[in-house]
Amino acid sequence: MVALEDYVARIEETCGEEKDFIVILKYDKKEEAINKILKKAKVERSISAIIFELKFKDVSFRLYGTGKAIFRNLKDKSVLQSVLTDLLL
Amino acid sequence: MLDPYKIREDFPILKRKINNNPLIYFDNAATSQKPRQVIEAIKNFYENHNANVHRAVHTLSQEATELYEEAHEEVAKFINARGMEETIFVRGTTEAINLVAYSWGCRNLTKEDEVIVSLMEHHSNLVPWEILSKLRGFDVVYVNVKKDGTLDYEDFENKISKNTKIVCISHVSNVSGVVNDVKKIAKVAHEHNALTLVDGAQSVPHLPVNVKDLEVDFLAFSGHKMLGPTGIGVLYGKREILETMEPFQGGGEMIRDVSFNSAEGHCSITWNVLPWKFEAGTPNVCGGVGLMEAIKYLRGIGMENVKAHEEMLTKYAMQKMAECRKVEIYGPKQASKKCGIIPFGVDGLSSHDVALFLDNYGIMVRSGFHCAQPLHELLKLKSSARVSFYIYNTREEIDRFVEVLKEIEQI
Repeated sequence: MVALEDYVARIEETCGEEKDFIVILKYDKKEEAINKILKKAKVERSISAIIFELKFKDVSFRLYGTGKAIFRNLKDKSVLQSVLTDLLL
Repeated sequence: MLDPYKIREDFPILKRKINNNPLIYFDNAATSQKPRQVIEAIKNFYENHNANVHRAVHTLSQEATELYEEAHEEVAKFINARGMEETIFVRGTTEAINLVAYSWGCRNLTKEDEVIVSLMEHHSNLVPWEILSKLRGFDVVYVNVKKDGTLDYEDFENKISKNTKIVCISHVSNVSGVVNDVKKIAKVAHEHNALTLVDGAQSVPHLPVNVKDLEVDFLAFSGHKMLGPTGIGVLYGKREILETMEPFQGGGEMIRDVSFNSAEGHCSITWNVLPWKFEAGTPNVCGGVGLMEAIKYLRGIGMENVKAHEEMLTKYAMQKMAECRKVEIYGPKQASKKCGIIPFGVDGLSSHDVALFLDNYGIMVRSGFHCAQPLHELLKLKSSARVSFYIYNTREEIDRFVEVLKEIEQI
């Protein structure tokens, strides 16, 4: 059974008034996870094909080719986990 | 002037590539990288001299003790303290400040007293005093910071009073890089019979610091920000003050005698001499050895040269960053008021976005509040990105950084 933990190494809640979430994908699953995300989310903009501005179910986020993503304006971590579940599983 | 290209050869990590780009390390205010000499000293200690220190007669213990004591002496020389009795090894700046708060503050601060801190402090020089104020009932009084990020000295002089018992201030702000005139602050504090505690975490690694000249009572700093390992730091204290203070923690090493008095039913205890009175338990011997090697390395370069190099880099970076249309530098615009640290923002992007973008190109910068939330609130910043330099950084790295910043502006 595939779980979120298979793809996500760590979720960091940033310090700062913005309270963004940084999602760090597992290094060895990075490519697979990025492909899954790009298939499901709408690409609003791509910069040099290494940075993607994406939208999924009204949630805007930015995905980096390095396997990191930044999610903004989410109510809490449970919302993020739900979005990630839909994107990755 | 120092030669950063030659220095870089001593730092193995700088040969790394991150995301297929050469590593550019601009997060030195958080921690510095370590030269081969420090890494070798640590390895050599564990391979050849490892033992617990003091109160053993065997050869290894004596070797370890000599190294550990030599490390204290080296630190004392570095900051011009009178001797190793004034240099207490702790885990880092945070523990050093907590030591003063609990050991000195618990016994000397009462309801009528005031502790002065500034609004530019790192949380580590603010939270311990707020915690203690709840226990002891004294007031924590905050000195304002001006709009340009510099300390409001007039406000300080207005707020200090006969009730002030200690002034706790950073030498260099970890957010803006502003250098505070701690000599002037110590003078005013002493005129009011107050002590001064200086957070030197961002100054001791970057400037010549002379405790006799500054006349500060306490100085706290961390080894890992000055080429040394993590887990080792220093509290400098004037001998006369340290002698009047009770220990911070109890245990082995910090006592001279513990004798059970059967008539009274308890132990009578006498403390060890300085600095061991404040170093309970087995200390971080290897950390001390690593710190000593780091200090020798810095002394070899010369702290005046370190300062000049960072001033040059700061000035150059600020000039280059000014070419970017959407980049705003926070804090003073004159490099002369700063010490190797530049906080900034890119219009329309969060600091974390900026840091992630730079990371993509192998450029390491920090983002967020930098453990100084009150200062960000005061300057009305949601957060900030921060570059901070050290001896191995070069103008070419700044050129590359600004090149990438210009790409970020296209987002």
